Amino acid sequence: MTKLADIVTKVRSKNAGPFWLTIDIFCGSSDVFRRVCGGVSSEIVANAMGADLSDLKRFEIADLNVVKFSLPRPHIQGTALDRDMHGASFASILAEMEIGAP
Amino acid sequence: MTKVLIPSGALGLGFDRAALANGVAAKPDLIAIDGGSTDSGPHYLGTGTSKYARGSVKTEWADIMVARAEAGVPLVIGTAGTSGADDAVDWLLDITREIAAETGERLKIAVLKSGQDSGKMVAALAAGCVTPLSPVLEISEALLTSCTNIVALAGAEQIQAALETGADIVIAGRTTDTAIISALPLAQGCHPGGAWHGAKIGECGALATTNPGSGTILIEFDDEGFVITPMGSDARATPYTVSAHMLYENSDPFLLYEPGGHLDVTAAQYEALDPRRVRVTGSQWVPSDRYRVKLEGARLAGYQTVSLVLVREPRYVANIRAWCSDIHRKCTAKARASVAGQFDLELRVIGLDATLGELDSHAQTGSEVGVMGIVTAETQAIAQEVAKILNPYLLHHALTEQEEMPTFAFPFSPTEMSRGAIYEFCLNHVLELDNPMDAFDLTTVEVGP
Repeated sequence: MTKLADIVTKVRSKNAGPFWLTIDIFCGSSDVFRRVCGGVSSEIVANAMGADLSDLKRFEIADLNVVKFSLPRPHIQGTALDRDMHGASFASILAEMEIGAP
Repeated sequence: MTKVLIPSGALGLGFDRAALANGVAAKPDLIAIDGGSTDSGPHYLGTGTSKYARGSVKTEWADIMVARAEAGVPLVIGTAGTSGADDAVDWLLDITREIAAETGERLKIAVLKSGQDSGKMVAALAAGCVTPLSPVLEISEALLTSCTNIVALAGAEQIQAALETGADIVIAGRTTDTAIISALPLAQGCHPGGAWHGAKIGECGALATTNPGSGTILIEFDDEGFVITPMGSDARATPYTVSAHMLYENSDPFLLYEPGGHLDVTAAQYEALDPRRVRVTGSQWVPSDRYRVKLEGARLAGYQTVSLVLVREPRYVANIRAWCSDIHRKCTAKARASVAGQFDLELRVIGLDATLGELDSHAQTGSEVGVMGIVTAETQAIAQEVAKILNPYLLHHALTEQEEMPTFAFPFSPTEMSRGAIYEFCLNHVLELDNPMDAFDLTTVEVGP
């Protein structure tokens, strides 16, 4: 099976303030962008991130070949249960996700 | 036309001195730099202390003060001292006095404080002037009074008021990242959408270019939009690097909420003027009916002691979860029996899933793991006591009773490390103001000989 990281240029995550996390998938080309738009559903992402689907924001930005997701942080930044102060590691959850054939 | 020079994304982060010199030569109308962010966590707002070393901040600030003197224009720093709390502002003011005394430069400083009195916040809450943002956090009088620091994020209006004092340097407490850049072009009648959009692109210094490490950029604002020019000789701004920057640390890549309205970049056009410069037009500023500033607050969340042990024995590495859960159960029971007070014990396995926890579906171990014991308690003494009860388990706990007592690797003596007080962010709210200056305190001081 193919992982998302195998077909895209970069998956990046970062805090968007202490309460939100944002994940950018840089697809690199319009072909890959279309494949990611079709193959990475909001349901799959919400499930992988342990988030409620209703809290997930999804942006498909064709001009940049970027698919972006934003969601409330799994734990508020810096609380005792938070494991990653800057939120950059969450990207690997999506990067390692399997994506179906085009 | 208004030209704003941004030396780097934050004071303390470093920048290319040659790029800053290029920026001064470009004759800016203002130099603006960010002094902080929430991004390093709640400790800095909780304590009002700086993330960056005093020495490196002083060195960079002294260089930027020289650039200011050469350019002969105002210098503005927002979110001074990492959090923009009042103590952090005083810390940078103290550094500024020290530099002025050393260089013999006489300067007028405007000091804009963003700290909020908890009593006034309680009254504002009762008056219905404090409203939650998403995700909604519970708020109460008790929570507000428990905060060690509450700050409000100043917008362009408060920075404009500080600039109107005629100060050489504005040292501001918490501001939005963008307000220190947008304030002057807005005051001089530049395009409002362009002013806020250019400020957002500029607030991280050269991050919106091909060479983020070069730091310094110049933004030229006009009556339709803005032009970004990197000051580092090998840095380039392209329509891609500039438009993609709206993704960065933004939950919505098209909208940015600020005091007094929001920026909408949905219709923005990005045009390469040459291989290094980009012109942006079509950004829109949408004023709001009411003037609201965002609040940030941090409060004490207990005290921590952490311990670290390294496990290299293959059978223990292979069974590390069982080992940890057995220790967790036994140590917790033993500590509950002897320690009076609240505590929580967590064992985090470094080399398995310490980064992502339950969200990691690909967790696997290598040849060794580290186990980090984290004790969070209501006092440091309790945290330390529980960590000391944990110590022999981490050192010697056997997987089964029918085996010789194992010994694992402690990297330090003692293996317990007291982390002191820990803090948490506890406000995600906005405060409505009748007048933008109502929640802020502006004074001026003279420094130097």
